[in-house]
Amino acid sequence: MGRPGAVIEIDRNTPPVLFHYGEGVRLERLPLGSRVVYAPDPIEPVAHPERAIRRALAHPVEDDPLKALLRPDMRLTIAFDDLSLPLPPMAQPDVRQLVLEEVIEMAAEAGVEDVHLVAANSLHRRMTEDEIRHIVGDRIFSTFYPDHLYNHDAEDPEGNVLIGTTSRGEEVTLSKRAAESDLLVYVNLTFVPMDGGHKSLATGLGSYRSVRAHHTVDTLLHSRSYFHPPDSALHHSCIRQGQLIEDTVRCFHIETSVNNHSFPAIANFMQKRETDWTPADQAAFLAVKQLTDLAPADVKRAVFHSMRAPYGLTAVHAGQVDAVHDRILETVNRQMLVEVEGQTDIVTIGIPYLGPYNVNAIMNPVLVVCMGLGYLFNTYRGRPVVREGGVVILSHPCRNEFDSVQHPSYVDFYDEVLSDTLNPAEIETRYEKCFAEDPWYRQLYRRSHAYHGVHPFYAWYWAAHAMQHVGDVIVVGGERETVHHLGFKCATTLEDALEMAEQTVGRYPSVTHLRLPPLFVADVK
Amino acid sequence: MLALQYVRSVPAYAFVKATGGRADVATSELSMLHLGDVEEPELPGRAWVRVRPNLSGICGSDTSAITGHASLYLDPLTSYPFVPGHEVVGELEDGTRVVVEPALGCHVRGVEPECPRCAEGRPGLCENVTEGSIGVGLQTGYCASTGGGWGEVLVAHESQLHAVPAGLSDEAAVLVEPFACCIHAALRGAAGPDDVVVVLGAGTIGLLTVAAVRRFTPPKRLIAVAKHPAQREHARRLGADAVIGPDEVFQRIRFATQARRLDGPDRPLLLGGADMTFECTGTARGLNEAARFTRAGGRVVAVGMPGEEKVDWGPIWQRELTVMGAYAYGVEPGGRRTFDLALEAAPGLELERLTGPCFGLSEYRDAIAYALEAGRLSAVKVAFDLRDLRV
Repeated sequence: MGRPGAVIEIDRNTPPVLFHYGEGVRLERLPLGSRVVYAPDPIEPVAHPERAIRRALAHPVEDDPLKALLRPDMRLTIAFDDLSLPLPPMAQPDVRQLVLEEVIEMAAEAGVEDVHLVAANSLHRRMTEDEIRHIVGDRIFSTFYPDHLYNHDAEDPEGNVLIGTTSRGEEVTLSKRAAESDLLVYVNLTFVPMDGGHKSLATGLGSYRSVRAHHTVDTLLHSRSYFHPPDSALHHSCIRQGQLIEDTVRCFHIETSVNNHSFPAIANFMQKRETDWTPADQAAFLAVKQLTDLAPADVKRAVFHSMRAPYGLTAVHAGQVDAVHDRILETVNRQMLVEVEGQTDIVTIGIPYLGPYNVNAIMNPVLVVCMGLGYLFNTYRGRPVVREGGVVILSHPCRNEFDSVQHPSYVDFYDEVLSDTLNPAEIETRYEKCFAEDPWYRQLYRRSHAYHGVHPFYAWYWAAHAMQHVGDVIVVGGERETVHHLGFKCATTLEDALEMAEQTVGRYPSVTHLRLPPLFVADVK
Repeated sequence: MLALQYVRSVPAYAFVKATGGRADVATSELSMLHLGDVEEPELPGRAWVRVRPNLSGICGSDTSAITGHASLYLDPLTSYPFVPGHEVVGELEDGTRVVVEPALGCHVRGVEPECPRCAEGRPGLCENVTEGSIGVGLQTGYCASTGGGWGEVLVAHESQLHAVPAGLSDEAAVLVEPFACCIHAALRGAAGPDDVVVVLGAGTIGLLTVAAVRRFTPPKRLIAVAKHPAQREHARRLGADAVIGPDEVFQRIRFATQARRLDGPDRPLLLGGADMTFECTGTARGLNEAARFTRAGGRVVAVGMPGEEKVDWGPIWQRELTVMGAYAYGVEPGGRRTFDLALEAAPGLELERLTGPCFGLSEYRDAIAYALEAGRLSAVKVAFDLRDLRV
């Protein structure tokens, strides 16, 4: 069994600590007495994933076995999570492939002919053929693509239906194919506690009309945090929507979890605590550092984005959505929770090269904010690691660079919206609709591989809670003009950043470094 | 009198042109421009008076002529040698401060009956610019008989003179002439309140077009395209809703108009786009881009003085664009003279902030070099200051 997560205190013998720095890495010396929070070691994966999957389908939770739900003349739709998780992408075979193969085999045995597989990408970009193939595997891809295996199109006026409104007035739309199916199977990969459950169907096969119900500044300000669903208004809203979907269409939910074995052997040093680095790990670090310091940006990006993680399946459950999700969350929390005693004045976070919305693309400045202040700030339950009015120090190059294929509306969001105001609520009121309904973004979302026009707004809203909570944000090593455009301060070195932070939090501040990825959730007491 | 004089010389023109119009060559002894003692222009008739320039601007059309980039179309419409300078604020012999409306139409020339264009109140389009009591020339500053603002004295017909209000400084008044051009352009374009209007270029003409459009034909959204930081600041101050860089025009105009963008092999194009574009750079790039981001059926108004440029007429043809020139001034719809409109609007615009640095005539080499790099040097209107010559 691996070690649990740990909080260590920096003393004179502590080696420098790894900071992710976009498509690069740095070693930093933190002040004596600072804390470093490490993720737990990967928990043991199940020994026989295929067997575990078959067992879950045969013995579901609060539901009939899948086999009993299948009949020859039925319409079967199988939805699955897109490439926004896990991160980095999983080395083949992806657990979704394993589950899909079992489900499809079972359907074939039952004589089901009308089978559609839909990537539940919601307002995310359409995946490319290779990306879909990576998730579902060659056999399924060659059998079903493209007519019976495709990306969900949230902007297809003929392909989505309004199925109702929740008690709180939240509209719920669903893929028409899914809504008209006799059985809707969802194949989930719950990477962090915010994933999975009702959120998957409600958002994954929804449209702007339904997603806008909970992807709001107000909801996200009341999600503290969305890594702890019971305290998350976002999840409460998704549950209401999901229950409406369950009332409309027969659902069978399959949810999986993986451990946090996030890096391949070459980058194993990222997985380990610095005190555990072997000479081989130190050599690997130096090699990566040299590469990232010297190589052209596109080479670095290609190398990083080609990394595949050797995750292991830790649990699989099937059946009724809530019952399944509760069980999966137990496993996910066992992998992710780290007890942290009390809050801190300053929290430092190295932003890695990859977040949910830039697979195979550069992490643009808006996504840096989303990753740092949205996701990584929110990896807590109870209270944020940094105290109210404290300072968040991020390390990232934060260059004014965008992927024109994946993020066209992000470019305009950065230039047009953030030039005007940084206030999430004001942005939501004044600009969201215009972007959401822009016909060009709509076309690029539907025909190219672009995120939906509204997506940069959500990326910014994710950070609303952090923006409201902290006193200052400082980006170490960021491009000065870009960092200022985002409304933050820029520092050349971590020492400078800590000095600047003292002006906000006072002398002799407490400092905590969140050493992630691998991801963890800080359980702040 | 001391004056800068432009002398027609084919070898000098060829030499300057061959060097690409470099400032040091275009103001050298081998160029067309010479500083010297020249004869004061004679009064062509009784209604003519002497004007002693206080400030005289260096216009893009002046630098185009000096550097060999001006359209050869203008050569037969000009008499040589001439003293350049048509953006003039000066004083009459009785001390009255005036700005000069340079167009040399039928009335100024004493030609009767007036040509149809002059009768319409458009002396800039006069068909008798070769006739009458003065030499050939479209404007003061391009006519051998009148002198120009780059000399100690010029002569002007009384109808060309407009008194400068006491509160308007010379530095602001020197911009009245280009401002009148821009007002005329704005009124020619006649943008509507629902239009998205782009002003491409943010030199003197671009900035003053922004001000003119904002005041006289305010659209739904006015977007200025400016390259340099100081230009951006001026454009915002003068009324642009948004100021964008030259490299982001397709991205930002697409966003403003919710158009669709397609990327071609040479440059992008928008399906949809701006309703109207004021092209104020006078360059092929400007016109070619305007033709691709102005919507089908829209209008492109050429305000900046163009030379002979290679323009792709494909989009103009396919998009059924209306490309219209906007030259000079006169009497606008409604019966007001453009110069009167400019003098009324000028005091609220702090135009003096656009003027400077000013140079003496003897510093003309530095002045021309500065004017050619004005944007990069955070300047807008470089001018000659002739006030010291009268001490």
